[in-house]
Amino acid sequence: MKRLSLLALLVLVLALALVACGGGTTETPAEGGEEVAATEAPAEATEAPAEATEPAAEGSMECTDALGCVEVAPGDPILIASALVISGPNIELGTDSQRGVEIAIAMRPEVLGHPVELQAEDDGCSAEGGQAAGQKIVSNPQIVGVIGTSCSGAGVPMAAIISDAGYLMISPSNTSPALTDPEQAWKPGYFRTAHNDLIQGAAMATFAYEQLGLTKAAAIHDGDPYTEGLASAFYDAFQALGGEGVGFEAEAADATNVEPLLTSIAAAEPQFLFYPVFQPLAPLLTNTAKTVPGLETTILAAADGVFSPSFLEATPGTSEGMYLSGPDLSFANTMYQDEFIPMYQEMFGSEPTNVYHAHAFDATNILLNAVESVAQQGADGTLLIGRQALRDAVAATSGYVGLTGTLTCSEFGDCADAKIAVSHVENGEFVPVWNNKDGSLQ
Amino acid sequence: MTLSQRLRDIDWIDVWLWIFRILIIVGVVIGIVRKLFFGAGTAYGVDDWLDFFISGLSQGGLYALIALGYTMVYGVLFMINFAHGEFFMSGGMAATYLVASTLAATGFMNEQPIIYLVLVMVFSVLTSMSVSLLTERIAYRPLRRAPRLVPLITAIGASFFWQYIFRGFFGSAVKAFPVPTILEGRVNVLGLDFLKVRLMVIIVSIVALIALYLFVQKTKTGKSIRAVAEDKDVAALMGIDVDRAIATTFAVGAMMAGIAAVLWGLVFKQVIFSMGFVPGIKAFTAAVLGGIGSIPGAALGGFFLGVIEAVGPPLILEGLGAPGAHQLKDVTAFLLLVLVLIFRPQGIIGERLAEKKA
Repeated sequence: MKRLSLLALLVLVLALALVACGGGTTETPAEGGEEVAATEAPAEATEAPAEATEPAAEGSMECTDALGCVEVAPGDPILIASALVISGPNIELGTDSQRGVEIAIAMRPEVLGHPVELQAEDDGCSAEGGQAAGQKIVSNPQIVGVIGTSCSGAGVPMAAIISDAGYLMISPSNTSPALTDPEQAWKPGYFRTAHNDLIQGAAMATFAYEQLGLTKAAAIHDGDPYTEGLASAFYDAFQALGGEGVGFEAEAADATNVEPLLTSIAAAEPQFLFYPVFQPLAPLLTNTAKTVPGLETTILAAADGVFSPSFLEATPGTSEGMYLSGPDLSFANTMYQDEFIPMYQEMFGSEPTNVYHAHAFDATNILLNAVESVAQQGADGTLLIGRQALRDAVAATSGYVGLTGTLTCSEFGDCADAKIAVSHVENGEFVPVWNNKDGSLQ
Repeated sequence: MTLSQRLRDIDWIDVWLWIFRILIIVGVVIGIVRKLFFGAGTAYGVDDWLDFFISGLSQGGLYALIALGYTMVYGVLFMINFAHGEFFMSGGMAATYLVASTLAATGFMNEQPIIYLVLVMVFSVLTSMSVSLLTERIAYRPLRRAPRLVPLITAIGASFFWQYIFRGFFGSAVKAFPVPTILEGRVNVLGLDFLKVRLMVIIVSIVALIALYLFVQKTKTGKSIRAVAEDKDVAALMGIDVDRAIATTFAVGAMMAGIAAVLWGLVFKQVIFSMGFVPGIKAFTAAVLGGIGSIPGAALGGFFLGVIEAVGPPLILEGLGAPGAHQLKDVTAFLLLVLVLIFRPQGIIGERLAEKKA
């Protein structure tokens, strides 16, 4: 009994310590709209004059921003954060984007005389990961903005934290429609350079219905906002085109036996089966599908979540003939092939491992451009960057020519010039066959 | 006795439990009736139902093989070895990366598929056994006299340790498990259409389960394990090397896990460092379902769980009109687990544990 009560006491103490720590980090971010902003602004304002006592002529360097300011002292770096998936089975997705950020910084090492520095966090490709990375980022008042997240599932909780704290984030690869829908998960300060999946889903549906001439399709998701959003965007668009939807199913992301699910789906005889999920579920479905009676001739399709060499390695033979949708990388500009890719190879010694490096590159540049346009410069080189002004500057992005096209941000943060390509797996390689702007490529 | 007195005598927890039991049973019955007689959801043919059943049966065979490790260790040490799922993973990962992919790349796999399978299996079993014996020696043996919770937490720690060790060795990507071409496709046995790998899994798991049962019941070593399970101190007085008997228990449990890992690879054609967790939890559930501590119980629990997982969603949940029924297969499986345990707390064929063992 004594031991038990001791254990209970220990757990209690630990819990208290955890709560105390958690409280510490949540204090830093402002807790919502204008009320808190008002209390924060004077705090910054009192700080600024105190610092400004040395160069007395700095009357204009006062923070009047509704969300407060980031002050960068002379010689200090401008700190930006990334929150991408840089561990676990989807590591290729996140590191690829992070490299895009690093290349953007390498090409633009200084902004307004200050070096640019990156603090890389991990979004874990999960809600918990996004939560943790978000908390960590907003506890550092020097961070001006965030490039992230990789996964929409991580993006939903993180957008809430980032937004409440007055920060801003630009995601290079969140594609869930929910994130830029004000009825759902959209928060002020959230932007993305990746396409909205309403477009990707519609592109895949158009490809299946019009290009392949198929009329019966089914879709599978795993309950994650990205997979569910894309699967239902596809399913709705396919039916809107005149096709027949014969199954909209879900499976757990860590499922073991997917044969019963596929047998269920096979009973409805779909000609096209779209499962925009991650690894390891996507390879599991791919490896199992061809062995299920009724699915032998069904055309399988997945999306950008597994658009990587590791997916092909995990599905030797079974992924042959599949179609995968994703952002089109055959950009009209020459900078991508002539400068970006050689730099990628030189800095990281490999070909790009996923498809969102260019989006991350553009996101970083949009953020740095905004910093450049709104920062107040002191005589000694001190920068004062207003957070609301920064958000407004990013939101005002219009006709910006980046690697991924000509970007213009919508009211709710959709900035992408969305060009979706569908690739066919032939001899273990992705071969682009179609895109939503030019139609068939062959 | 007045009415108010009677009301006071009622144990409300019992009432709640009865309501719960009735709700589950009514739900299950309504689901089945709506599915079978009123055509709710997708219509399935006999072949589809057989496919669900066979798939579940072979999945159950895998659960049963893993569950044995839980149940044997529990029987001997009264400890839940949560690292057992990692013994399973270690065999599968090491055999795939070090043996299977090499032999597949050289073409040996399709020239000598039987030898290939034997080699992969032996390597997997040896890895699982080594990992298991190391864990027992280093993490569990020093804690044998410690309070019950200490080895339990240690087991969870050991589980993470092995998971990340193997991730460190082999990386975090999904790796394809090469399957010989002779095992691809389907085969007809007794009028039933089986996937070859599924049939193989069912046969191998049943053979392994019987062999293990005979080993524990008939051999001298098996007797010593049972004696230690009964009472360690008395067994020691009888001249039984208790440490050795316990180590053997771990080794035999890990051997079954190693076999299961290769079968798993053959069915799902892929391995990953995190593959031990979910099957571990499921197998533990199977062991509890069958009656923890009992070998036939673990086997039965495994098959039962596998079949319920495969047949439950289309039969019950689709009948109830649940969207995304297959994602909820765990709900079905665990509701039935609760149901079984409410009626038989000792598991399907578990014995009532004596005060000391419980």
